[in-house]
Amino acid sequence: MEKAVKRYFPIFVLPTLLAFIIGFIAPFFTGIYLSFCKFTTINDAKWTGLDNYIKIWSDKTFGHAFWYTAAFTVVTVILINVLAFAAALALTKKIRGTNLFRTVFFMPNLIGGIILGYIWNLLLNGVLQMYSRTLTYSSVYGFWGLVILMLWQQIGYMMIIYIAGIQNIPTDLIEAARIDGADNKQLLKNVIIPMVMPSITICTFLTLTNGFKLFDQNLALTNGEPSNMSEMLALNIYNTFYGRTGWEGAGQAKAVIFFILVAVIALTQNHLTSRKEVQA
Amino acid sequence: MKTKTKRKGAGLTVFFSVLSLLWVYPIFLVIENSFKKKVYISKKPFAWPSGKMFTGLSNYATGIQKTGFVQAFGWTLFITVCSVAVIILCTSMCAWYLNRVHNKVTRAIYLLCLFSMIVPFQMVMFPLSKIANMMKLYTPWGLIVIYLGFGAGLAVFMFSGFIKSIPLEIEEAAMIDGCSPLQTFFYVVFPIMKPTAITIAILETMWIWNDYLLPYLILDIKKYKTVSIAIQYLRGGYGSIDMGAMMGVLVLAVIPIIVFYLICQKYIIKGVVAGAVKG
Repeated sequence: MEKAVKRYFPIFVLPTLLAFIIGFIAPFFTGIYLSFCKFTTINDAKWTGLDNYIKIWSDKTFGHAFWYTAAFTVVTVILINVLAFAAALALTKKIRGTNLFRTVFFMPNLIGGIILGYIWNLLLNGVLQMYSRTLTYSSVYGFWGLVILMLWQQIGYMMIIYIAGIQNIPTDLIEAARIDGADNKQLLKNVIIPMVMPSITICTFLTLTNGFKLFDQNLALTNGEPSNMSEMLALNIYNTFYGRTGWEGAGQAKAVIFFILVAVIALTQNHLTSRKEVQA
Repeated sequence: MKTKTKRKGAGLTVFFSVLSLLWVYPIFLVIENSFKKKVYISKKPFAWPSGKMFTGLSNYATGIQKTGFVQAFGWTLFITVCSVAVIILCTSMCAWYLNRVHNKVTRAIYLLCLFSMIVPFQMVMFPLSKIANMMKLYTPWGLIVIYLGFGAGLAVFMFSGFIKSIPLEIEEAAMIDGCSPLQTFFYVVFPIMKPTAITIAILETMWIWNDYLLPYLILDIKKYKTVSIAIQYLRGGYGSIDMGAMMGVLVLAVIPIIVFYLICQKYIIKGVVAGAVKG
């Protein structure tokens, strides 16, 4: 059968492969090459070695964006997962209206980041106005504003995944633990959490990468103001490319560092939590 | 004992009901403000649009006119539907081939697809926009090609996961009965993959419909806008936003999504769960 299929490479694989080369492979390798060059477009690139990477050190906004993003990611990963898990636990108990609550909490996920940003811009500025402040008054407001926005957007999504995980636990396992005299706390710690470990792996992975890669919401909510202080990594890279002339090379070098960061975080996280997964 | 748990359940229901109301409040607030005059939106965002604050539908009219919202909506719909259809068709065929023909090339393509999933967009952003420009892909049709390329990783990965579970005997039987590989794929394999295809279609739709940066960098903005681009366009110069037009456009952008969601929420939630488990 393999032989018969093999000849069909042009029909089955080629369209995807060509698009994949245009959309990913070519830009990716060009990007790595360009990070070692001085350029304004692709055609005028001149090799300059590590100049771009050295130049980043003189740019304080990048370091600030890194710590801002790291802090944001830690806060959102913890809050989103804890709250989503708690909500999932409550909604898997047979209470009235579970389906309705699930529908409502999940809804913000379908709304795009730009739209979300402006919705919360209105609401948060309205609240802050009572204390005669605005979102862009200091980066602290921008930070917590963005945290609230992300909680609103992502808790529903993660909750759905946790609910599926909890519902997959065989009921006899829980009954057995009950008969053995486990109280609620023990049941949660020794049965439920180990059994939903795969969901925890997925949700921490998603919240981690979503936090690190956040762009649209950041752009629409504060646009990095006041003076780049609420700027996250993705927006910082974008502004380096398109907001400063002569910094294209440094922007690409930042992008390479950003890629390595995201890749390392994703792989380590996956390795760490998937080790803790158990079989029933 | 029993009454105690029952009361607890009722308490939870009340708690979550209040929380649900809070959850939809931001959207309600935007709708409320879309009927207010511009000046009152930032001054009194929480006031009910009554009396001299009320402007009827004028915010919607200026919003639509300023952003070209109708065209933007049409283009977004066109780009999303076509991209998702192309992604499903091409990547399912590709994934099947990669799993049925084993050699170094197919292995390499598969690994590159996996690899592409952890690469953030900013890494390829600049070269991609230049390459797309050189190849004249700055139209919605060109954008579809880019979406196929950039969305291929996840889709190939998810289809592959499912194809590995299909017993080979079914396809061999079809081939012995005289099906060509194309017929085998479309009459036998693709129908089995339908649930996976729906999951992928949902995930890709959610991504493409809401995507801002990729279309913004690729498309010729003067001619083509998507909904997200049109909204961001209202920001204009530094800090000056026409809040009235903004509210109108936000409502117009959100309502279709909510209606769509309420109609197919069963599939969407199922798709998200299935996608998460495989991803």
